[in-house]
Amino acid sequence: MSTAVEVTLMVNGERVSAAVEPRKTLVDFLREDLALTGSHVGCEHGVCGACTVRLDGAIVRGCLTLAVQCDGAVVETIEGVSDSGEIADLQQAFERRNALQCGYCTPGMLLTAAELLKSGEVPSREAIRAYLSGNYCRCTGYHAIVDAVEAVARARAGQVGVGEAQ
Amino acid sequence: MTGTGIGAAVRRKEDLRFITGRGHYTDDISRPGQAYACFLRSPHAHARIRSIDTSAAANLPGVLAVLTGAELQADKIGNLICGWMIHSKDGSPMKMAPHPALAVGKVCYVGDPVAVVVAETLPQAKDAAEKIVVDYEVLPAVADPAKAKEGPQIHEVAPRNTIYEWALGDKAATDAAFASARHVTRLDIVNNRLAPNALEPRAAIGEYDAGSDSFTLWNTTQNPHVARLVISAFVGLAPEHKLRVIAPDVGGGFGSKIFIYPEEVVALWASKRVGRPVKWTCDRSEAFLADAHGRDHVTHAEMAFDDKGKIVGLRVHTIANLGAYMSTFSSSIPTYLYATLLSGQYAIPHIYCEVDAVYTNTVPVDAYRGAGRPEATFVVERLVEVGARELGIDPPELRRRNFIKSFPHQTPVIMTYDAGDYEASLRKALEIADYKNFPKRKRESARRGKLRGIGFSTYIEACGIAPSQAVGSLGAGVGLWESAEVRVNPTGSVEVLTGSHSHGQGHETTFAQLVSDRLGIPIENVSVIHGDTDKVQFGMGTYGSRSGAVGMSAIAKALDKVEAKAKKVASHLLEAAEGDIEFKDGKFIVSGTDKSATWADVALHAYIAHKFSGQELEPGLKEGAFYDPTNFTFPAGCHICEVEVDPDTGEVTIVGWTAVDDFGVVINPMIVEGQVHGGIAQGVGQALLEHAVYNSDGQLVTGSLMDYAMPRAGNLPSYKVDMTVTRCPSNPLGVKGCGEAGAIAAPAAVINAVTDAVGVEDIPMPATPQAVWSAIRSRAQPRQAA
Repeated sequence: MSTAVEVTLMVNGERVSAAVEPRKTLVDFLREDLALTGSHVGCEHGVCGACTVRLDGAIVRGCLTLAVQCDGAVVETIEGVSDSGEIADLQQAFERRNALQCGYCTPGMLLTAAELLKSGEVPSREAIRAYLSGNYCRCTGYHAIVDAVEAVARARAGQVGVGEAQ
Repeated sequence: MTGTGIGAAVRRKEDLRFITGRGHYTDDISRPGQAYACFLRSPHAHARIRSIDTSAAANLPGVLAVLTGAELQADKIGNLICGWMIHSKDGSPMKMAPHPALAVGKVCYVGDPVAVVVAETLPQAKDAAEKIVVDYEVLPAVADPAKAKEGPQIHEVAPRNTIYEWALGDKAATDAAFASARHVTRLDIVNNRLAPNALEPRAAIGEYDAGSDSFTLWNTTQNPHVARLVISAFVGLAPEHKLRVIAPDVGGGFGSKIFIYPEEVVALWASKRVGRPVKWTCDRSEAFLADAHGRDHVTHAEMAFDDKGKIVGLRVHTIANLGAYMSTFSSSIPTYLYATLLSGQYAIPHIYCEVDAVYTNTVPVDAYRGAGRPEATFVVERLVEVGARELGIDPPELRRRNFIKSFPHQTPVIMTYDAGDYEASLRKALEIADYKNFPKRKRESARRGKLRGIGFSTYIEACGIAPSQAVGSLGAGVGLWESAEVRVNPTGSVEVLTGSHSHGQGHETTFAQLVSDRLGIPIENVSVIHGDTDKVQFGMGTYGSRSGAVGMSAIAKALDKVEAKAKKVASHLLEAAEGDIEFKDGKFIVSGTDKSATWADVALHAYIAHKFSGQELEPGLKEGAFYDPTNFTFPAGCHICEVEVDPDTGEVTIVGWTAVDDFGVVINPMIVEGQVHGGIAQGVGQALLEHAVYNSDGQLVTGSLMDYAMPRAGNLPSYKVDMTVTRCPSNPLGVKGCGEAGAIAAPAAVINAVTDAVGVEDIPMPATPQAVWSAIRSRAQPRQAA
């Protein structure tokens, strides 16, 4: 008595077709069916942001999005943006600034930060904190994450080395 | 400092896999043929189980097994245990109630596991769990520790729900000090209950291999060897040599992943029953009911001063809530990790502390970041701050008058502080925080209609846990040494196997720095291996800021042995007397000559063994060590918090944070700074946001992240972090530990600042806008009346 629904979507540039149960979330589909385990499940109710992925260019909660909703959609995960090199500078800044400890929130944090920086503007530290406030980190106290995001914003705007350190 | 040795801010070796989404956390692992477990948990805080009907659940598609406490007993699976014996004042042992992995006969808290379903898929297991019918006879419950003794008795072994009534210190001498004191400061303190909430939920995969009659457990644990020991020796699932425990990447612990929990026991047991690997992954709401909570103390404390502002005595009575069952280390937290730190940074001649530990119908309570020491620091630092205000003495000045100034210093509560310079960290912190201009800032805030306050916390902690003989004499069931093995490969690269476990602390980097520094080899040539009982012989794991002081000291000891053996090999290779061989900067040199051999040469010759007789010198280059510390370590420092309070809303904004800590020798300042930041964040969370709240029926009101407020980026400030250094004389590296300092120091600093701003001392944690607003109103009304 399968109630599975056929879906076809693009995941990290590859076409994927699968039969998924309607109750299956996008993040469970990515993790269990496609073995893309970089997106993490931290709360299953849309609060922590560990499951953040991109859906048609905008970040969403992978735990609040059903896989069946993604038929025809373009999905990008941490694995995809890592391989494409799109956020390499952000990843390097996280490493340089020690903006991660246990690493569990990091993929979601990176995708959220990448979206903030898309406009090319240099946000204030308060604006960075506000934008990242949908993503929990229990390890770093956020200071180093804000440092890393601020440094990349400035570097992309050509203000390398200016005001990096708090 | 440049390079990759001790003191260098080396980037973390572990980061690459985490920033690219290629970590391997327990839930990322899938075993061939794995089935999924879902637990049915008690919805009642306290109830007798009249019957359980599993037949409807068992008949659902995909269900492989439905198991309850009855099957657990039939299979003679033993209870979970608490591994630290505490005796009451009257000499009687603590009252440890049986704690089966699945409830037998009754449930004692909301979340107590009653049954488990194992099914082909997780949705099938969840659906089936809903079909289990449990007939409960609901009993009255108690959740508030202050009411526990008068509440309904939870366990047969513990009349008045009392686990122990313990005391430390000299009561008569302390009472005498109070009798002759000039001033006594008194406080009633509730140290709020917290849910640790590591971002990675707990998970376990149990796998039984019938061919070898052995088990493997992948588990989110901070101490895989202790898990194996307890599951083997007490739960009795498998002999130790037939059980392998693997802790892969673990997404934060903060204490909550130290303990041996029912779910991992059940995953292992069920895997043998169904003949398939069994995976369980906690979800967040379940974690609030399944992971041990922290803190939850109710305290009355008094500090006595003489006419010069010197502290002459401290008297403390604490009721500690241990929840419904005694978790793995729960008994030690409000005793030997709490009362022993009540001297703070101060020379206090007389201290007496009583602790009553009680059962309640709540989730078990155990160590959470700081574990006892934040509670002690909060008591001491609130008393000192309020005492200073009452005596009209500048709070830093009152602290200065009472600081311990010579070492070693024996406190009246067991500890012997080995080194420190409390004046130095206070002085530096006052400078960085620009304390002298605080009145100016306060006036400026007032012009904007805001109340500004400043609060101090000159904390101390005992880390590097701990000398085995000492903790054994205090009731510990284990030794608290650490082990290490250094394996040098024929090409000169090195693997370090450690019994410590990293779940965010960066051991793969800092431990490699030690090896790189000592052997003069590139850090890239060093791998750190941890978290697997088949690879690492034994270890006590990571908690209590012990991995540097104890874990790295074990590595240092093993490196001593490696160097000694390598010198023997070098002496043959260089045809010189062993006593003439010097090892420096990665080279073996014959003293006074230009003859030398590289590290790689010596490593190779240790293995090919062509230059020496295998009968005189064993081939190979691999050494192990067990290091047992000689003392605790005593990190200490000064945190200063500055806040602005909006009197109209009660909202607290942290406008400045200064931390000056003395962690002894620092291996990697970048990692240490990160640990300080994270600790402060959790401490600020406790002070302003977090509270695990039970109602009077024993229902957890804050059962999700929608209800339990964890700090977000927007809630927290940026921190000014600096250090002072006194070398720790109690271990070969001079390190003290840094993992818990922020969480220990921060709550008192925040509440001291908020109470300073508002002018009311009685503000609870968390100091929510409502609590602060109410305090402001309580102050305003009498004034208006007058």
